[in-house]
Amino acid sequence: MSDTLVEIKNLTFNREERCIYNGISLNIPKGKVTAIMGPSGIGKTTLLRLIGGQLKPASGDILFAGQNIPELSRSALYEIRKRISMLFQSGALFTDMSVFDNVAFPIREHTKLPENIIEKMVMMKLEVVGLRGARHLKPSELSGGMARRAALARAIALDPELILYDEPFAGQDPISMGVIVRLIKDLNDALGLTSVVVSHDVHEVMSIADYIYIVAEQKIIGQGTPDEIRAQQSPLVRQFIKGEHDGPVPFHFPAKDFKDDLLGGKL
Amino acid sequence: MIKRFGQLGHTTLELLAGLGRALIILLSAITHMPNIRKGYPLFVKQVYSVGVLSLIIIIVSGLFIGMVLALQGHGVLIDYGAEASLGPMVALSLLRELGPVVTALLFAGRAGSALTAEIGLMKATEQLSSMEMMAVDPLRRVIAPRFWAGLFCMPLLAAIFSMVGIFGSHLVGVVWLGVDQGTFWSVMQGDVDFADIVNGTIKAVSFAFVVTWIAVFKGYDCVPTSEGISRATTSSVVQASLVVLGLDFILTAIMFT
Repeated sequence: MSDTLVEIKNLTFNREERCIYNGISLNIPKGKVTAIMGPSGIGKTTLLRLIGGQLKPASGDILFAGQNIPELSRSALYEIRKRISMLFQSGALFTDMSVFDNVAFPIREHTKLPENIIEKMVMMKLEVVGLRGARHLKPSELSGGMARRAALARAIALDPELILYDEPFAGQDPISMGVIVRLIKDLNDALGLTSVVVSHDVHEVMSIADYIYIVAEQKIIGQGTPDEIRAQQSPLVRQFIKGEHDGPVPFHFPAKDFKDDLLGGKL
Repeated sequence: MIKRFGQLGHTTLELLAGLGRALIILLSAITHMPNIRKGYPLFVKQVYSVGVLSLIIIIVSGLFIGMVLALQGHGVLIDYGAEASLGPMVALSLLRELGPVVTALLFAGRAGSALTAEIGLMKATEQLSSMEMMAVDPLRRVIAPRFWAGLFCMPLLAAIFSMVGIFGSHLVGVVWLGVDQGTFWSVMQGDVDFADIVNGTIKAVSFAFVVTWIAVFKGYDCVPTSEGISRATTSSVVQASLVVLGLDFILTAIMFT
């Protein structure tokens, strides 16, 4: 049996005229936390959407347990998605439902379990994320960190094989961040999940990831275990890890010469 | 010149692509009629949201339009000694035209705009995406119940509008201006055919279909930003209103000429 759950081969993806990925390949091993890091705006979330089949690549394969996601029919894709969960950056909780109903949503949709069993399942998931007491609250009554945890409970409601985390630490205070870091690692180990964490929070990702890919300039510029990444000498990787404001990844958005812009009249 | 042709081609292609997307959504909504187990509670919730909550505006508008019709009609008819025809005049105006048309315009403004904004906001906050990722089709879960609820509620609202309008005209014509009550009702009964009611209902169902279709499509297809939602909501109301008026002319030409 293969140790790889998701295999991406020669993936190219363009958004309108702009090339986001140019022939990248990477593997997501089973049962591990794999991190995909890189500066903002290089298409990390896009990669998750490609794995989830919400976007189609221009070329290349995305194999999930051996099935090529871009080639699947709509119904086959929906079957595959029952084995995948995604934690959105915003949480994406349904605003017209309570926390309880949000977590119960995928269970009610995909099973015919009686309500008393669903109730117990939801309570167990909420207990894991520490929100059993907040089950009656609406998403608008939750803090950012609580909303992220409620969304995490919903994401694990049906015990998926793969969880895709889209910037799980963005906008969190240090305590919430610590809680989410611990939850991702614990859930991965306890439930035997495979996790893909997309983030640019270097410290947090380094603390939980088993393997890291650093993406920039439409390709993978570095990969390895956290220790291997720290030891890499590539200027691009070093700039990202150390958080230097300028370097191979430029501070300035591409533009014509500053002097020409100032003196050349029309902007 | 070539650039203009290019732009024209681009606009035409965009229009056709938009129409294609709208048809896909419509087909999906039609084929996902709410079922008893899961769809029915969603449908009932939407009936409350788009139907019950629209009742006040429909009843108040119907009442005033009926009263104004009676006032204006009485002023003209009395010059010819024909105030006995006030009942059928008001009833036919409401059943054939004003009931379906004004209800559709009010429905587009009250419920259509709310549907577009709600679906647009669900898209902007990634609720539709998250649903897709949970292997739940948003076209079935979100769009279809709203579409069917709109299709179900608007003709009923149009019927209520016409009834309340006739009641309003009775208040003004009979109670206030002194038209004979027996004449008012009996002439109305004699002059209004069953075909008028059927034609009015066909109009109401047709308008419900286009208004709800436009509303859900505009929400689902909007650019997921605050500006995009605002544009989608405005264009939902404007386009639905224009289509209703245009369609009304076509249906009237077919039915009454």
